[in-house]
Order: sequence, then C-alpha cells, then structure tokens
Amino acid sequence: MGELILEMKNITKTFGSVIANQDVCLKVYAKEIHALLGENGAGKSTLMNVLTGIYRPDSGQIFCHGKEVSVNSPKDAVDLGIGMVHQHFRLIPTLTVAENISLYTEKKGFLLNPAKMQKRIAECSRSFNLEVDPAAVVWQLSVGEQQRVEIVKLLYHGAEILILDEPSAVLTPQEAQDMFNVLRKMADSGKAVIVISHKMNEVLNNADRITVLKDGRMEDTMVRKDATLDRLTRAVVGKQDYKEHFRTQKNISPDVVFSMEHVCAKNDRNLDELKDISFDIRRGEIFGIAGVAGNGQRELSEVIAGLRPVTSGKIMADGADLTCASARERREKGIALIPEDRLETGLVPDLNFSENIILTRYSSSRYSRKGFLRFDRMRRDAEDYTKEYEIRHGGFDLPVGLMSGGNQQKLLLAREVSGNPKLIVAAYPVRGLDIGAADMIRQILLQQSEKGTSVLFISEELDEIFHMCDRIGVLCDGELMGIRNTSETDVFEIGQMMAGERKNSEKEASSYA
Amino acid sequence: MSSTLLISILSMAVLYAVSVLYGAVGEIFAEKAGVMNLGLEGIMLMGAVSGYLVAVNQKNLGLAMLTVVLVGAVLGLIFAFLTITLQADQTVAGMAMLTFSTGMSGFIGKSVSGVNANLAFEAISIPGLCRIPILGPVLFQQNILVYLMYFIIPLSVFYINHTRPGMILRALGENPAALDSAGYNVFALRYAYVVFGSVMTAVGGAFVSLAYTNFWSDGMTSGKGWIAFALVVFSSWNPLTAVFGGLLFGAISAIGVDIQTLFPAIPSQIFATLPYIATIIALVFTTGNFRNRRSAAPAALTIPYDREKR
Repeated sequence: MGELILEMKNITKTFGSVIANQDVCLKVYAKEIHALLGENGAGKSTLMNVLTGIYRPDSGQIFCHGKEVSVNSPKDAVDLGIGMVHQHFRLIPTLTVAENISLYTEKKGFLLNPAKMQKRIAECSRSFNLEVDPAAVVWQLSVGEQQRVEIVKLLYHGAEILILDEPSAVLTPQEAQDMFNVLRKMADSGKAVIVISHKMNEVLNNADRITVLKDGRMEDTMVRKDATLDRLTRAVVGKQDYKEHFRTQKNISPDVVFSMEHVCAKNDRNLDELKDISFDIRRGEIFGIAGVAGNGQRELSEVIAGLRPVTSGKIMADGADLTCASARERREKGIALIPEDRLETGLVPDLNFSENIILTRYSSSRYSRKGFLRFDRMRRDAEDYTKEYEIRHGGFDLPVGLMSGGNQQKLLLAREVSGNPKLIVAAYPVRGLDIGAADMIRQILLQQSEKGTSVLFISEELDEIFHMCDRIGVLCDGELMGIRNTSETDVFEIGQMMAGERKNSEKEASSYA
Repeated sequence: MSSTLLISILSMAVLYAVSVLYGAVGEIFAEKAGVMNLGLEGIMLMGAVSGYLVAVNQKNLGLAMLTVVLVGAVLGLIFAFLTITLQADQTVAGMAMLTFSTGMSGFIGKSVSGVNANLAFEAISIPGLCRIPILGPVLFQQNILVYLMYFIIPLSVFYINHTRPGMILRALGENPAALDSAGYNVFALRYAYVVFGSVMTAVGGAFVSLAYTNFWSDGMTSGKGWIAFALVVFSSWNPLTAVFGGLLFGAISAIGVDIQTLFPAIPSQIFATLPYIATIIALVFTTGNFRNRRSAAPAALTIPYDREKR
C-alpha cells in the first residue's frame, strides 16, 4: 500500500428530498485497487460524480495529496489527475486509436502527423505495459480493447487516479479477467484504481480494499484479507430479517402451469446469456427471480414472452409446447408480460390511453369490426380501468408518455390482467415508482395470484421478493443457482447465491411442497 | 463525334458540375458536423436572386458576391439556430428553409425577372494551359468561380483528412458527447460548419445566375440544390468523389442537350429528365444496402446534441 493520494471526508449529496450520499468517507491509496461495492442506487455513482466534478456536494471535503481541493467541473478533476472510464465509452468509432487519444489530450498543431502521433502513443502504451494498436480504427476493436483505449487515453493525459464504472458489465468473463490484470499493472506502477462494482466475487478476487455503500451511507470498509463473502453479503444486503410475509391467502394447486426445461439463450451481443435454466410454476403461485440486475433477467423474460429465441431447451405452458411459438400465440395461451422498460416494450408513449389498452388485442372482435376500430368500446374500457385501478391522467386523448410512471404502470398492468392470463411475467414491476403506486401494483399481483393466476416476479429488492413470493430462484451470470421455498430460507442464503455460490443442499425446492 | 462537339459537351459538364459542387461541398462539411440541411435548393435560389439583384442595380460583381455570402450566412444562422439551439427536427426545419427561401427568392426577384444584367462572370483563358488539345478549352477557358472550385476541392480534402480541425470535424458528426467531454464546444463548431455550408450553397446559386445561365427567373436553379444534396450521399461524404459525380451528372445533362438535335422525333423533355433519372439510380445504389454504410454516413447525422441526454 502506497501513500494516501485521495481522501473524501463526510460527503453529503441530496437531490431534493432524496439523500444520495450521507457522510461518506473514502480513502484511496497509491498502488491499490479500491472497490466501491453496493447495490444499484446505493450511491456509488453519485460519489464518483462528486469526485469527477459532475455533481457538487452539499457538504464535505476532498483532499488530494493531503491538500484540500475543490472540484467544480470535469476539467478540475482532469487537472488533478482524476480520470474516469464511463460505462458508455467516449470514443469516436470511425477514428483511429491514435486520433481518439490525440483528440482528448493534444489540442495544439494545425497539421496532423499520423506516424508521429501513433509513435508517441505506442511509446506511452508500452511504458504502461498496455497493448493497443494506435493505427487501428476503433469500431473494429472488441469492447475489451476499446476499454483499454479509454484507459490509455486517461494515462496519456496524466491521470493518477483511475475510476472505472462497472467495467466488467460489458465484457465477457475472459475479457474481464484481462482487464483486471491491466488494472493490477496500473496499480503496481503507482496509480490508484477505483472500481465501481456490484459483483461480490469479482471484488473479492481483484480488489485490495473494499468499501461498501448502502442507502447512501458507508456501510463497511475493509482490506481484502479481512473480507469474506459472508461479511460482504451482510454489508450489501443489510442486516434486516425479511421474514414477514405479505401473502395471507394462497390458492396454489399442484398442477404445473408453466415450465422451462434446460433452456439456453443468447444475449444481444450474441454471447451465451441463459445457461440451462429449468423451473416450473404451479397454478396460483408467485415464483420469484432474485439476482443482481443484468444477470440474465431481461433475457429470461423475453424468452418467456417469445421476444427472444432459445438456442436449446423446451418451454411448456398448460401442457402445450411453446418453444417455437410466436409472441402472439403465447399471449393467446395466457402469458402476459410486464417488461422492465415499460415505455419501450410495454406502452407506446405517443399513443393515447385507449389506444394503448388495445395494443395487444386490437384485432379481437371486441375492439374491431370489419377492419374498423370500435372507439366506443375502447373508451368504455378505458373508463372502467381508470376507476378500477385508480389511474390518474389528464384525459383519454393525451399521449400516455405524459402520465406519471406509476399511472403508466397501472395502465400497463390493467391491460395485461384484463386478458385473464394464466401467467404474468413481471420484470421489476415497481422499479422507479413511488411507495403508493408500488403498493398498489403489488396488491394487484397478489389479488391475481389469489384468483389462481401464476406470477413470475423478477426483482432485485430482496425484501420485496421475500414479502411476495412462495418460492425463490436465484439468477447469477445467466444460471439458476438454486430454488428455495421462501419459508425455508433467509435473505443471507439468497444473498450468497446471488454472489454466485451454488447451493445444492437438501433444502432444494424443485417444486412447491 | 467531332472535337468541337466533344469540347462543347465537356465544358458544359464542367459548368454543370461546378454549379452543384458549391452546394455539395458545403453540405458535406455541414453533414460531417452532424447537421443535414434539406433546404439547399432554396438557399441556392436566394443566393442566385440576391447576386443578380445587386448585379443589375449596382453593376458590381464583387459587391454582388459579398451580398451572396452575407445572405448565405444569415440563412445558415437561422437554420443553425433552429436545429442546434432549438434542436428542431432537421428534416422539418430543412423543408421550412426550402419553402421559405424559394418563396422569398421569387418575391424579391420580381423586379429583375427577365431583366438583362449585362454583367456576368466571363470566361478567362489561362495563357498556355488553354492550348492543350481538348482539355485546354474544357478546363482552362472558364470563369473565375470555376477556377476557385479547382482550389476548394483539394483544400477541403486536405482539411478534412490531414488537419486537426478536420479531425475534430470528423468526430463532430460521429460522437459529439465524446468531443464535449474532451472540452470542445460542440455547439459553436456545429454553428460554424452549418453557416459555412449555407454560404457555399448560396455562392453555388449565384454561380447559376451570374456565370452559368446569366438571367433570373422564378425557380431557375431547377433542382440543382437537390442534385447537390444527392451528390453528398453519392460521394460518401468525400469532396473528391463528389467531383466525379458532378461531372457525371453534368455530362449526362450536356449530352441530353446536344443529342436532342440528332433525334428531333423524341420530345426534348425526355432528355431533360436524364440527370434526375441518373440521380435516382445513383441514390438507390449508394444508399441501399449494397455496401458497408458504416464507413460513410456520420453516425450522429440529424441527431441534435443535448448535453443532458448523455
């Protein structure tokens, strides 16, 4: 461990009434990889945005090499030697690596001299043991190589403190390991490296020190030799006991409504995302999918709804094989979807209330006759939904994009529920909603399950999953780590499974007992 | 074919090419900066009429061109304000620009419609060079605006590919957010290139009224602005390729004129449509999925830059 390069003291940052950071302290030393660990919304990015001059803190101090500094703009941060690699790279795809770096770091000289420029940058990257081809055009590079270009760019500009925002999120496991090797070399050469992450295993394997944020506060900080998966899990998910169950009335029958057998699927980058997923859901059951976002949840919900093909495996609903069925056929079989991006996949923001209601069944005889829409019925149903689900909006003719998130979600849910589905796939159904709307959404889902509808409930909030679900499956890196009856597990065990620990104990609940 | 006919066709082709190249090169710069201006035809008309008005009333070509440059700059500023500051849809703003300037040009040009200015950019022979067989009279017995284009083309290619501001321009239309975070003023740069593009286009219009056809009438650029616009795509945003495209269209159009006399039975309108048909064919082949588009169109073309939306 080298000298203390950077110290953040009692940083507090609020947005309106939301406290993003409260009295957070962070010490970063030269020659170390410092991991900033926490769930989404724990305040990691806010803290780093304060450090890089994008946000100004309400209170608190920042010390660089022992001297107090004020970071009022990204430029101040750059001048202090603080550089950040964002999740979305700031690169020009059509320019060469050398041109990209030159664009960022050299502002003088009218004529370009590509040969000299490339030579300078090659020398620099070699001095840091970072291999990049300065003559290569950026769009031809892999994501991992592009990330390396971003790092060289910062180093060439003289950065001493490197911040990487979820650097492994866009990489394959192999690329991620290469990247951490690069970061280790950086640290060894005297730089300080801060890695924002929500993956506990990655942090345990690669960081020298770990600071855990939870709900905007610093929960724990430790050196690696003191860190264990248990300690990290407790710090990240908290210490509360979520045994309380919202489910008062259950109406679960033994027959299987939906099942997946050994399903595999690829993600948008054509890499294997879902690996050998098998589970089944009974009638009236709420089956939870826990896991850190980005571990295959999106692909799972898309595969079930018929928006993404499987590469192998089998999907069954009510005894019928739906593996190759279209999205519409699946809807007709009673599968409803509440997608995680409600304004992209769920609703059309520019269409009005009534039009959004009929999106999934505009051609049914209820809403159309001889090719013409029946506006009277659309209007009547819109009024019914408004009353039944207490949806607030400025009028049936206004685009739903103008409604609040909570009311949009109620509209979406009203539409999906009204088709009397057998299975509702709900992906993060209360994400971003206020407490009142979130409660209402959960109540609707609970009522549906009491009526005998099954629900696949995807969430990253463990307390919510424990409150709502009868069984919990845990996704990590596209694999199902195990399935538990909610009554026989605790948040700690689920947390460990979320971190990638496979638990094939006798407690395995392959189906509801 | 006699050599006089060949020379006549080729020098017509050069004139035609230059008349569309001013707009095309200007638009290449604007689009490389990420802003598409569909109103080229209208700006050309405004350039044509303002130049002609000053030429008729003041009998001074220098003053006429200065006016043209100013008119182009003002129109460019208006378009830049709409699309960059107000972040208006570029297609809609371009159409507004087109209808506004077309109508405006007809309105302010009423007094000189059909009036002879008795003043135009005359052809100047370059001593020595004009004696080269065929190429001499084609390339070196032209007016000064044609000679200016001979310098503009290599200079703009050099600027885009071999200078630092040119590199910044290439980045501007690809990923303005990256430039912003590196400390460049995306808005100012886009303004500059949009105004430059508009000025060039207006000069192209004045070329038509003061050097090419030497008169003014309503809508007299007859689609040259659109051909300039098509040329940008056709050339894959490369001024040098645009030259060949311009010459190709020019040759087709000139052949159309000359061939009419050989086939009096065929209506002249058929031949007059040739450059437009060629434009359509060229656009289909260059914009369709026939090749890797990645290398051509700037990725951020028509997308307003909004800092909050990173």
